[in-house]
Amino acid sequence: MKITRKDFLRLSGLSLLALAGGKAVRAVTDLAGASATAVAGSAKTVRWGMVIDLGKWRGQGTDKCIKACDAAHNIPQIPDPAREVKWIWEQPFETVFPSEQTDYTRQTYAGRPIPVMCNHCANPACVRVCPTGATWKREDGIVMMDWHRCIGCKYCVVACPYGARSFNFSNPVAYIPQVNPEFPTRSKGVVEKCNFCAERLAQGKQPVCVEACPDKSMIFGNLADPNSEIRQVLGSRFSIRRKPELGTQPNVFYIV
Amino acid sequence: MFMFEKALVGGRKYWIWIGILLALIFLGSLAYLRQATVGLVVTGLSHDVVWGLYISQFVFFIGLGASAVVVVLPYYLHDWKAFGKTTMMGEILGMCSVIVAMLFIFVSMGQPQRVLNVLLYPHPNSLIFWDLTVLSGYVLLNAVITVTLLGARHEGVPPPKWIKPVIMLSIPWAISIHTVTAFILSGLAARPFWLTPIMAPRFLVSAFSSGPALLIILILILRRLKVFDAGLEAVKKLALIVTYCMVINVFFVLMEVFTIFYSQIPSHKEHFEYLFFGLDGNYQLVPLMWLSVLLSLAALTLLLVPRWRTDTRLLTWACVLVFISLWLDKGFALLIGGFVPSPLGVVARYTPTLNEWTVAAGIWATGALMITVLYKIMLSIREEQ
Amino acid sequence: MRERVLIFGGLAVFLILFTYPLWHAAALGTQAKQPQLQLPAQAKECVAPLPYMRAAHMRLLIEWRENAVRQGVRQIHAANGKSYDASLTRTCLGECHTNKAEFCDRCHTYAGVSALYCWDCHNKPQLVAARRTP
Repeated sequence: MKITRKDFLRLSGLSLLALAGGKAVRAVTDLAGASATAVAGSAKTVRWGMVIDLGKWRGQGTDKCIKACDAAHNIPQIPDPAREVKWIWEQPFETVFPSEQTDYTRQTYAGRPIPVMCNHCANPACVRVCPTGATWKREDGIVMMDWHRCIGCKYCVVACPYGARSFNFSNPVAYIPQVNPEFPTRSKGVVEKCNFCAERLAQGKQPVCVEACPDKSMIFGNLADPNSEIRQVLGSRFSIRRKPELGTQPNVFYIV
Repeated sequence: MFMFEKALVGGRKYWIWIGILLALIFLGSLAYLRQATVGLVVTGLSHDVVWGLYISQFVFFIGLGASAVVVVLPYYLHDWKAFGKTTMMGEILGMCSVIVAMLFIFVSMGQPQRVLNVLLYPHPNSLIFWDLTVLSGYVLLNAVITVTLLGARHEGVPPPKWIKPVIMLSIPWAISIHTVTAFILSGLAARPFWLTPIMAPRFLVSAFSSGPALLIILILILRRLKVFDAGLEAVKKLALIVTYCMVINVFFVLMEVFTIFYSQIPSHKEHFEYLFFGLDGNYQLVPLMWLSVLLSLAALTLLLVPRWRTDTRLLTWACVLVFISLWLDKGFALLIGGFVPSPLGVVARYTPTLNEWTVAAGIWATGALMITVLYKIMLSIREEQ
Repeated sequence: MRERVLIFGGLAVFLILFTYPLWHAAALGTQAKQPQLQLPAQAKECVAPLPYMRAAHMRLLIEWRENAVRQGVRQIHAANGKSYDASLTRTCLGECHTNKAEFCDRCHTYAGVSALYCWDCHNKPQLVAARRTP
């Protein structure tokens, strides 16, 4: 059977298009299932949240919480502050709640260290901008990171209004004082942040920072359970969140 | 089909130029190899300024991609015959600019070998997904147009009928590349400096100023080298487009300035204050900002006076001034201004390192090489007739 | 006529040299050294049959990874009927294949598989010590 070069090229082009089209249709239909991922074994609704009692967070012994997270998650201690990797750390009050700063409260609160971390927002901007789905929102509310898929574009870092995400500018392993063999480290070129100790939650434990914190300054629990401790606290005390006007609906509350 | 052998024939000056470009590409590759091995720590980027020189060049070169549509639209839609000899030059310049922009994205990634994840796991919520789609589509469109038209001319036959709708498609597609790139920045609640609806219009007018400015410079270079004359009438019309768009560009910036300073909202104001007056003892970008303003005013002075605009020597100067002014504005002002101060109020310093500049120089040289080779092929085919 | 001899003679020499890797083992009576793997001391049975693991352990690892990381399903039923905690660090490397150099590397080096990034992150202290900058 004689086939002209033109016809052959036309045929191959069409076949390639069909193949690509099929893949595209599959990708788009897969998308529907990819948005909310189930957490196995959870029958009732879980929405993890955290309350930080600023009255108790006085900067004494609070570094225990931060150090506990650093040790458990192999956070590199990078000497250059411009390239720091941090999951939970302290910021001065006026940078955490910039709209609460007034000329008359300046002395009371100025410089007060406030613990900050990823807020695991209900409407996270970082998840919206991630081009590969390397960060996504689980059904239990945790904004997760998949370091295998991250391409290091840093769009999520740009989109986070809280500065909660850190990029690995170099291989972090060299900067880990003591590697915890139970948890992986990360490689250079990916973005990381607090994961609400998802690996511990899977075993029914509390996050390390909450456990290590003195005086129960941090309360962690299921916001969807009206009888949980965290809901009792939120129902009885006045609380604020960071930059609520942006619509991200953070799940980390601060009791002042 | 691609006739690359035509680019292998040239005089001494041609080969010296190619040699310089290849040397720059080689150095840029070495610098990139170092970055890929050690990590982005070799750049000046930091925790608070995660996008710097590379992304700023990406944004700027997307703008230059408008060099195609600025001549294609009037010629094909409105029969502006004067642009007849410039459409191929514009399409090649536009296509190579977008390729350069995509190269800048590639070198800015922390895990570039995973870039296909954007296509394997598509997330239409992300503007980067759409950007990759429209940019790849635009490069493909222009490549098909260029190869088909040059091939037809080489064969001495009129181009196939189906190329006309393809060229028509490239016009709205060209508008989309600027819009989508602007959307990457303008939908972020975390960055009030960029959260403005005028971002996409600003991108479009600055693209329509810088793109044709570069096209004018290239047309005049080819005239000077006596290898090709696209026609002074085309140059005059392009100069008019640059003038009008530069005026609108300045107007749009003034609109931003009004809203920001009249409303007095601190989270918006502080970025402008950092750029033009310095903040917390950090004056890094202040001289560059005022230089950009000065250069654009100087450019507008040259462009608004018809006698000066039509003088090719003064016009060349005006186009160079437009180019540099917009390079400073779209590159450093727009991008770095969005990161300083950071969401936590950090007024970070950002200085690109030598490694970063070398990688950038390699990519610029790659673009110049592509344009040189393709123009050489284009001119050889024209000469055949 | 002379050229024909030279041409075909030269072709024959070339073909013999070019196909050397294919016939030298049989000719010299030797055999290529197969990689010697140090099997894990504690665990007696693998999560899947050996032929499957040899051919497709990469696919198993990716499946378990996607289930664990993206679906949150950490208890996975393996082909051998047992249930495992899907953790590369703790289970695969921690309980069984504790020595990368004597197990994983043996085949990977032999096969020239070098683009693996697993151990960049899923590491044990001895690996970390080896990769620390002095």
